[in-house]
Amino acid sequence: MGASGALGRVNYEEIGLMVGLEIHRQLDTFKLFSPVPSELTEKVDFTFERRLRPTMSELGEIDPAALEEFKKGKKYVYEGNYELSDLVYMDEEPPRGPDREALEAALQIAYLLKATPVDEVHFMRKIVIDGSNVSGFQRTAIIAMNGKVDTPWGSVGIPTICLEEDACRIVERREKEVIYRIDRLGIPLVEISTTPDIHHPEQAKVVAKYIGDALRATKKVKRGLGTIRQDLNVSIRGGARVEIKGVQELDMIPLIIEREVERQLNLLKIRDELRERGVKPNDIREEFYDVTEIFRDTGSKIIARTLKKGGKVLAIKLPKFRGLIGKEIQPGRRLGTEMADRAKKYVKGIFHIDELPNYGIREEEVEAVVERLGLGKEDAFVLVASEEETAKKALREVLKRAREAIEGVPEETRRALPDGNTQYMRPLPGKARMYPETDIPPIFISPEEKEMIKSSLPELPQERVERYVREYKIDKSLAETLVNDERDELFEELVEKGVKPSLVASVLVVVLKGLKKEVPIENITDNHIREAFELYLDGKIAKEAFEEIFKELAKRPEKSAAQVAEEKGLTLLSEEEVERIIEEVIQANIEVIKAKGMGAMGMIMGRAMAKLRGRADGKLVSSLVRKKIQELS
Amino acid sequence: MRKVEEFMRTRGLEVGDLVRITKVEGNGRIYLEGLVMPPYELSPGETLTIKLDNGYNVGILIDAIESVEVLRKGGERDRASFREVLPKRKGLPNVTILGTGGTIASRIDYKTGAVHPAFTAEELAKAVPEVFEIANLTPKLIMNILSEDMKPTYWIKIAKEVAKALNGGEDGVVIAHGTDTMGYSAAALSFLLRGLNKPVVLVGAQRSSDRPSSDSAMNLTCAVKMATSDVAEVMVVMHGETGDTYCLAHRGTKVRKMHTSRRDAFRSINDVPIAKIWKEEIEFLRSDYRKRREGEVIVDDKMEEKVAILKIYPGISGELLDFLVEAGYKGVVIEGTGLGHVPQEFIPHVQRAVEEGVAVCVTSQCLYGRVNLNVYSNGRKLLKAGAIPCEDMLPETAYVKLMWVLGHTNDLEEVRRMMLTNYAGEITPYTRPDVYLR
Repeated sequence: MGASGALGRVNYEEIGLMVGLEIHRQLDTFKLFSPVPSELTEKVDFTFERRLRPTMSELGEIDPAALEEFKKGKKYVYEGNYELSDLVYMDEEPPRGPDREALEAALQIAYLLKATPVDEVHFMRKIVIDGSNVSGFQRTAIIAMNGKVDTPWGSVGIPTICLEEDACRIVERREKEVIYRIDRLGIPLVEISTTPDIHHPEQAKVVAKYIGDALRATKKVKRGLGTIRQDLNVSIRGGARVEIKGVQELDMIPLIIEREVERQLNLLKIRDELRERGVKPNDIREEFYDVTEIFRDTGSKIIARTLKKGGKVLAIKLPKFRGLIGKEIQPGRRLGTEMADRAKKYVKGIFHIDELPNYGIREEEVEAVVERLGLGKEDAFVLVASEEETAKKALREVLKRAREAIEGVPEETRRALPDGNTQYMRPLPGKARMYPETDIPPIFISPEEKEMIKSSLPELPQERVERYVREYKIDKSLAETLVNDERDELFEELVEKGVKPSLVASVLVVVLKGLKKEVPIENITDNHIREAFELYLDGKIAKEAFEEIFKELAKRPEKSAAQVAEEKGLTLLSEEEVERIIEEVIQANIEVIKAKGMGAMGMIMGRAMAKLRGRADGKLVSSLVRKKIQELS
Repeated sequence: MRKVEEFMRTRGLEVGDLVRITKVEGNGRIYLEGLVMPPYELSPGETLTIKLDNGYNVGILIDAIESVEVLRKGGERDRASFREVLPKRKGLPNVTILGTGGTIASRIDYKTGAVHPAFTAEELAKAVPEVFEIANLTPKLIMNILSEDMKPTYWIKIAKEVAKALNGGEDGVVIAHGTDTMGYSAAALSFLLRGLNKPVVLVGAQRSSDRPSSDSAMNLTCAVKMATSDVAEVMVVMHGETGDTYCLAHRGTKVRKMHTSRRDAFRSINDVPIAKIWKEEIEFLRSDYRKRREGEVIVDDKMEEKVAILKIYPGISGELLDFLVEAGYKGVVIEGTGLGHVPQEFIPHVQRAVEEGVAVCVTSQCLYGRVNLNVYSNGRKLLKAGAIPCEDMLPETAYVKLMWVLGHTNDLEEVRRMMLTNYAGEITPYTRPDVYLR
């Protein structure tokens, strides 16, 4: 398989593709250093405000940028909830723990990934001062090292498996403050990173799937949106390491890698062209031209609005860039898009020569700017309309990105977009600043403990599929879907309760999947499903009622299965009531029955079931109908 | 010697050495490279800790180590030197900071993970630059102890350093102090420093200064601000609430640590704090404080150390008091129940103590409210036995005060008179309704 689009097939070996994965997954235990339930909540009972001061290094140095932020009075507001917050995670009490269940799960994962646990776990404080950790650091420890995943393309190393704390959820980012919710802070995360030995987009998916399977095998991981975070580190020869964050779906991994390869190859082509044209980073100078006058009577609504508010239109010169800013580097994204992404910190957007005239800007205006800036035929301009200082800040970002284009591919952290493209997020993080968490004594893991965990490892998903086929005699594809969709635990629980395995499997897989197109089935919780099956086991609903019940629950998840069954008239009728309804049908069609005798059975059954579907067992209906017809004929 | 120290000694390993370790794991061998770290103080010492290149520390079971190869000796680390004192800026008040232990600021060696206290003026100026906009600071480390190791002789030493600074022309003094016994020290200084003419502020931190979220810098900033105010009293300045919004200045005789770990652990008990402090301004919550004045401060350092605190509880035996009397104690502060009561059986022991010339003072373990021994019969009997009811004084303050009083007189009538005389705001004349649990 090769990258799509204009590139045609790509030989990944030839271009030196290197991909590493970093997978974070929440554990479904208490918080890592305090026995608080690790649940998210929308209930906010109180807030508190903190500031984070950059720390001083051994030599008395403080990161000047961080100090500047602090001096500007940047503050963090944390939202808490009385039941689910605690002093440890408000940084008002020393840590407890760590949670033994989380530690054991991490050790199991280590063995499932053929890694070697350390003899003694040392928790570290990793400095993080964006406010996402109330304390200003994240607690993290290496649990195991030197694991591996075997794939058809070769083996991929897992240098480290860490156990760490999740950060706060961000609620809102304002100019001088950031609002966070502390409920997510401290939820245990297992972090698994691989070596950059993945050389094919599909291989990355296989590795991610294998790691995901090992995580799920422990039955200790959380499920659902936001509980898993997959980051990709992608580079090609001559390109740069780009970290892509926030990949939610496994199936997207190959596409995102292909698109990143495409992006880097195109950026290298642009670089080559710029070098060909003979431009150097130093040729790109910070000179702002005030071109406001040119746009006095512009047809561009955005510019007109800015000018009305007293803003200005500033332009910069990008020598030899004409035609290249508008060059597509990923489907629908251009070098200009990357410049705009950088400027987004300050302004909504930029205008560049390659896309003009457009957006209400006329040919004459473009020409006037070209003339004003004294541009040659290969030179380009970028415009920003805003308050003067903001416009300058935005244009500085554009200048920086332009200089980087001459160097090639910039190293950066990018965000995965739903279509497989990526967008600039921030520069790559520097090396982590870490020091020991002295409030937590090192945790010795004895050889006996290691042996015990190793000898009672949980079943891997593939083994489970085989067991289902063997033990429950269900179809292999059904079993695979159950396991892959993480319905397996629920499946076993319901079978345990006495529901026939084939029925559970078909409801969990066929019925729910069938509803996917119509209603948001992610709203249906395990509890909804449990309730529905309990109704079934108690003889209150027929199996035909599941579909209708789930359809409604997906739309109104606040309801219970029993409520829905009641409201929709899906509860089974008593035998007397069934008989009464059949009697009605018989009476309405008495002539036909008299004429055809048992020949009317099919028709009467049809009419009866139309009234009774989901409310009476089909077998009962048919035996009653048969009986009545026999009586009459 | 633990196994790890023995191992390091025999292999010639020193902290900071870059090593490559071969370790037996199951049927195979694994290799680890990293810097040798100092052994963890409280561990059994069965492991060697190394810092990997990615910054993480891991412990390696020494018994499983097959061989160690030193790739590079650690050698001397670059050592930064900092100026003790910085040039003074004209027009700013001068404040001395006395260090008693713990850390106001610290430096982290990210290579080894070591945290070093930072106490020179230059380090403080780097760590908390905004505080130097309020005053010229002269830091002086006078002792280096944990606050739980504090004792009366140290209070006197601190008092003398304070007097030296104030009488030497400083505009105020800040004392950096561990939080555990900061309330006791504040009370002690309140009695030891007679004729106080300038602010004396005790300050601490509930979260260590190495972390970005530490309360240390803000507390220090507010403390220095308070030290430049016109309040000539001993005060404790700490966070007013969990957020980094404001600090409170508490009167030294009325303040108590009421929480093991929160930033706002310090509370005024039975009294209103003196002021709310932000970096920029002070909002006074009362105006009846002692004002800055001319003159010299005197250290009245006579203290009787044979004083104890005795907490009353159901089932307490009078033997405990007898023991103190026999051991030569000169004063006992009783933390009575409720209004200041002791069990009926205990009263004869109090009477005996008083007869032996021991001063027995009564406070309440309720902390909030005033003792009153006239309401119930046991109270009246306790009074008759010669106990001194200490109004709304905190037990800790009464303890420190009794030491100081007994340093001046053994005459129990004089002791009673002095204990009931308000010297430093330790007794309020009447009980305000708004000072309970806040």
